Amino acid sequence: MALEGIRIAGLFGGRKAEATDAAIAAAALRSDRFRQEREADWLRLDMIVKRMEAGRIGSLSDEDLLALPVLYRTVASSLAVARETSLDAATLAYLESLVQRAYYLVYGPRLGFFGWLRRFLGGGWGAAVRGMWFDLLIALVLMIAGFIGGWLLVSGDVEWYRSIVPAQFTDTRVPGASAQVLRETLFGNANAPDKASLATYLFRNNAGVAIMAFALGFAFGVPTLLLLIHNMAVIGAMVWLFDGQGLGLDFIAWLSIHGTTELLAILLAGAAGLHVGRSMAFPGNRPVLAATAEAGRRASLVMVGVVLMLVVAALLEGFARQLVDNTPARLTIGGTMLALWLAYLFAWRGPALRETAP
Amino acid sequence: MRAATGKALRNPGKRQRMEVTPEGIALPVTVAARSARFAALAIDFMIFIVAWIVIQLGFSAMGAGASADGGELSEQAMTAARFLAIVKALVLFLLGNGYFLVFELGPRGATPGKRLLGIRVAARQGGWLTAEMVIARNLIRDIELFLPMVMFMVAGLSRDNWTTGWLAFGWFMIFALLPFFNRDGLRAGDMIAGTWVVEAPRVQLAPAMSLTEAATAGTSKATGTTYRFGERELAVYGEYELQTLEKVLREGRQEAMATVQEAICRKIGWDPGKGDERAFLEAYYTQLRARLEAQMRLGVRKSDKWAGGS
Repeated sequence: MALEGIRIAGLFGGRKAEATDAAIAAAALRSDRFRQEREADWLRLDMIVKRMEAGRIGSLSDEDLLALPVLYRTVASSLAVARETSLDAATLAYLESLVQRAYYLVYGPRLGFFGWLRRFLGGGWGAAVRGMWFDLLIALVLMIAGFIGGWLLVSGDVEWYRSIVPAQFTDTRVPGASAQVLRETLFGNANAPDKASLATYLFRNNAGVAIMAFALGFAFGVPTLLLLIHNMAVIGAMVWLFDGQGLGLDFIAWLSIHGTTELLAILLAGAAGLHVGRSMAFPGNRPVLAATAEAGRRASLVMVGVVLMLVVAALLEGFARQLVDNTPARLTIGGTMLALWLAYLFAWRGPALRETAP
Repeated sequence: MRAATGKALRNPGKRQRMEVTPEGIALPVTVAARSARFAALAIDFMIFIVAWIVIQLGFSAMGAGASADGGELSEQAMTAARFLAIVKALVLFLLGNGYFLVFELGPRGATPGKRLLGIRVAARQGGWLTAEMVIARNLIRDIELFLPMVMFMVAGLSRDNWTTGWLAFGWFMIFALLPFFNRDGLRAGDMIAGTWVVEAPRVQLAPAMSLTEAATAGTSKATGTTYRFGERELAVYGEYELQTLEKVLREGRQEAMATVQEAICRKIGWDPGKGDERAFLEAYYTQLRARLEAQMRLGVRKSDKWAGGS
């Protein structure tokens, strides 16, 4: 059979045949004739894929774009047939790489970055937050417990104050400071160096806490629990200190301009970390890696939002803090921001969402 | 018997995985080597550092302009300086994350560093690579890489903070060594996002092998001889040798072809003779392949010269 093929092809004898039929028949082997028949399709798909990968999708004609999925399936079926009938290693390698590249394009990300951003802000973030409501509850309970714990510890024994509150916060805000000293730190000259540095340090500390709370969720969520509790204990201790001099409400107001946004961000970050940690520890019926992946995707959506909230908090801290100098106004701002965030995340459902992937 | 042809000559056996497309085709994908991923990260990092330096210089030029009046800074100047500091921190953060995000969400799924190394990001369960996956894996990289780096830089500067320095180092090493402890080379970010990094070869189409005169007719233009191999001569070799011969012919190096021709002649009992090695090898290749493909269509496969079968 093989020798017959050679003799017949010898009648045509050419390797430089111009017409396609002659070129196809010139191949001595059946598998090569198969290849010559289909080569034009493969090269066309190659051209389309190469242009799309280079980002020059605009240079493709409409016919080429519409042909992409059809060509992909054609070449995939060529590959299937070639695997069974051809021993040409280079052609098989070429087909496999071409099908793989086309596969990633046909089944690649459907939205670019900005399309995704629009969906995210238009309800995707809220949906992710609502999806981890149980972890939000746990995180909230932990934060309240931490606050109360810090308060009770320090009110029981003042020495706890120095253990709980980090040294950078305690320059003048120590137990025993008079009401006058404490009042000065809250009101008055907004650009005094120590006041500016406390607020900036608080912001940086809280941003770090938020990211660490999420990251440490990878360790089954246990360090996240400790972080949340400790952070709120610090605040509880400081509120106790100011309250001892009758300035409790003023201190809370001072914090709350950017603090409501920041503490909500920490709550979300802690819930995200706990979400990942809980699904690693209790994956249910799914394999551990699959459960972790699903939880991780939702948690990272929430974390993108957390970063946005921290940016907003930084801007509030940078500007609103020195423009507003009395307690009721500060409480109003803080309360309004909190109400806006809660409404956006929990009450608003956004336009009807389609998933980004089927 | 080898599972499928075309893989006889490829090396990375341990890193090969099968991904089944929705059309039912089993595509072999090769998980990227860990060294390739590290090199890609190093390249991306260098690009990032260059951009970081440029941004720092830009912002300090603006900041220097703000305090050019010397002496005590006015309130507005301080506010402006603080605003610039916030904007700068924001830009650096967005740069670090946005760089990876924008490129990995693009059509090639690879940052410039990855492109140079020929690897890309893909979804692990063979589905769509969504934006959430890319974001998840990049957020975790913040923690794996940038956080300990910052901690290390801050701690390393003061002698009495060496515990923090060692802690940062330990943290970094745990995450850096994580890819070595699982089969698919997954980082923590890959595990959480459900992605993996695979090789993305871009192979060019090589010409068909049986188009030359020596292949079709078995004759050599130079020496004028005609090569016809019988069953006995063609039965000695299998698919592996065929594909090795194909590689030799495609590369076209004279010494290699001469060596192979001598080896074949020794095996089949012919006298090599001087002259057109290429024609001999092309004729042998074509006739051997025709024979093996004919048998393949009947379901009989001979994977190499040691395998049994006709």
